[in-house]
Amino acid sequence: MNKELTNKNNLRVAENRVVRKAYATVNIDGCEVKAPVGEILAVTLFVNRKLTLKYSSRNKEPRGFFCLMGSCQECLVQVNNRIVPSCQMVVEEGIIINTGINK
Amino acid sequence: MTKTFPNDIQNVDVVVLGAGPAGVAASKAASQEGAKVIIIDENASAGGQIYRAPPNEFQPHNSFKSPEFQEGEKQRKILSNSNVKTLFNHRVWSISSDLVISTIGANGLGSLHPKSIIIANGALERIIPFPGWTLPGVIGLAASTILLKSQFVIPGQSTVVAGCGPLLIAVAYGIIKSGGKVSAIIDLNGQLDWMKVSPKLLSRPDQLLKGMNWFATIKKAGVKQYNRYTVTNARQVGNMLRVSIAPINSKGLILGSKKQTFVEGECLTIGHGLFPSTEITRLLNAKHIYDTLKGGWVPVIDNYFRSSIPGVYIAGDATGISGAFSAVQKGRIAGITAVRDLNMMSQQNFEAKVKSERNMLKKNENFGKAAVSLMSLKPELINIITSETIVCRCEDVSRSEIDEAISSGARDMNQLKAWTRCGMGPCQGRTCSDAIEAILASKLGSRELAGQWTGRTPLRPMPIDEIIGEYSYDDIPIPEAAPL
Repeated sequence: MNKELTNKNNLRVAENRVVRKAYATVNIDGCEVKAPVGEILAVTLFVNRKLTLKYSSRNKEPRGFFCLMGSCQECLVQVNNRIVPSCQMVVEEGIIINTGINK
Repeated sequence: MTKTFPNDIQNVDVVVLGAGPAGVAASKAASQEGAKVIIIDENASAGGQIYRAPPNEFQPHNSFKSPEFQEGEKQRKILSNSNVKTLFNHRVWSISSDLVISTIGANGLGSLHPKSIIIANGALERIIPFPGWTLPGVIGLAASTILLKSQFVIPGQSTVVAGCGPLLIAVAYGIIKSGGKVSAIIDLNGQLDWMKVSPKLLSRPDQLLKGMNWFATIKKAGVKQYNRYTVTNARQVGNMLRVSIAPINSKGLILGSKKQTFVEGECLTIGHGLFPSTEITRLLNAKHIYDTLKGGWVPVIDNYFRSSIPGVYIAGDATGISGAFSAVQKGRIAGITAVRDLNMMSQQNFEAKVKSERNMLKKNENFGKAAVSLMSLKPELINIITSETIVCRCEDVSRSEIDEAISSGARDMNQLKAWTRCGMGPCQGRTCSDAIEAILASKLGSRELAGQWTGRTPLRPMPIDEIIGEYSYDDIPIPEAAPL
């Protein structure tokens, strides 16, 4: 696991209250990260402190997820080279995520 | 070269759009009367946002199962035990005037050709922009409920919870219950405003009790509460967001500058209430009216939830915000009305069933309306949108550009869009429409004069290769060459 993406301040509720049955390895901007299978990708990025997911179209300002329900389109990232709203995707083994669209 | 959809569904009576409490109730009611029903939702399972299901791979311990989780499980069971066909993980991107529904899912494009449609697509969150609202780490209150309820993730090591209404308290409670820290609650309403609605909340004493438990938990945690305060600004300072707040009056007007202060959190979660989602009814050119008591623009419906378009019914918060409990009765009435209108049930049976829903509907609506009164937009709150604030996030349109277009003569929402590009981006105006309408209405005198944006396809962004599909060059007709 890459040091840049360690999350010492874990935002996930502890395992003694919620069991997350399976974990997968995903690649975030070149770093391998373990994440619970089924977790919303935008949330995985958020928990790993990838707050800036893309840049706005005109002013190139940093943006992160905002509505988390497929409405606002602020959480667009590249998943396996396709641009998708990361709030509408979930963690699966081996997926490759690149943030920073419009940079 | 004609592209045929691999997933055409012709033989269906009723299609229900949205599998929240209203959609589930509508589809079950219609199916029970013998109609062939399909329900569609973007998400992987039923529940909508209020009862949003965690992933199958997540299992909360019994002691950590919220009442919402349990209600959601109940609704998901009701649906799976019914004859309703489900189409989850499918997005609706267009509906034509002859009610052909275009969808996209994992297997590509599809279409449905139902006799009737019940729209149960719920509500959107209103967030009045302020400097800093576009910063990563600033998220909606509804987004926080998804984090907490379906992902079991807290929004930050410390979180500022701001805005108004029941969601404000639900999120603060959820964070504490999940082991997180709430830095402060910034509530547009005063304690008196909460007191005023409490008699109406007595129509559902069980829920009133739940709310009081939330307040008690928050108080016990020692969370600082600012009543009748608004957020005016958010700035990134290191890893933290510094959130400026100011006292307001009952209309949302900022009072002086004396008591202005700031609070800090790793995350700011904020929401200024809910408004009905009208994207589909606008697309279908249904009639709408503006009704503050219902949360905003709503499609015109009759007593049986029929819209102005024959064959199109609306249920749940999409008919006016009144919450998840009343959504069930709204859904049932819409569901059986759709079946009755297809002549698939007797008038007598229909009337008896509608009658049995009406009492409960009234009770639950009263409860919901009390909550709505805490969420209605305070007219002066739009003053937090400073001239340099980005209002339309997709196209980076600032308040000053909008004001300039209005003073140059833009006279309705569509003109404003054409002149400034506000609302023209991939979110189709869902995020900013309410704030921009409020700005324009404050100049023109009313929401009716400001109007609404015309509904446009695609309702959700579409990958262009999906629309084009696969084809062979041999399929392209080549005209015969003209004789030399």
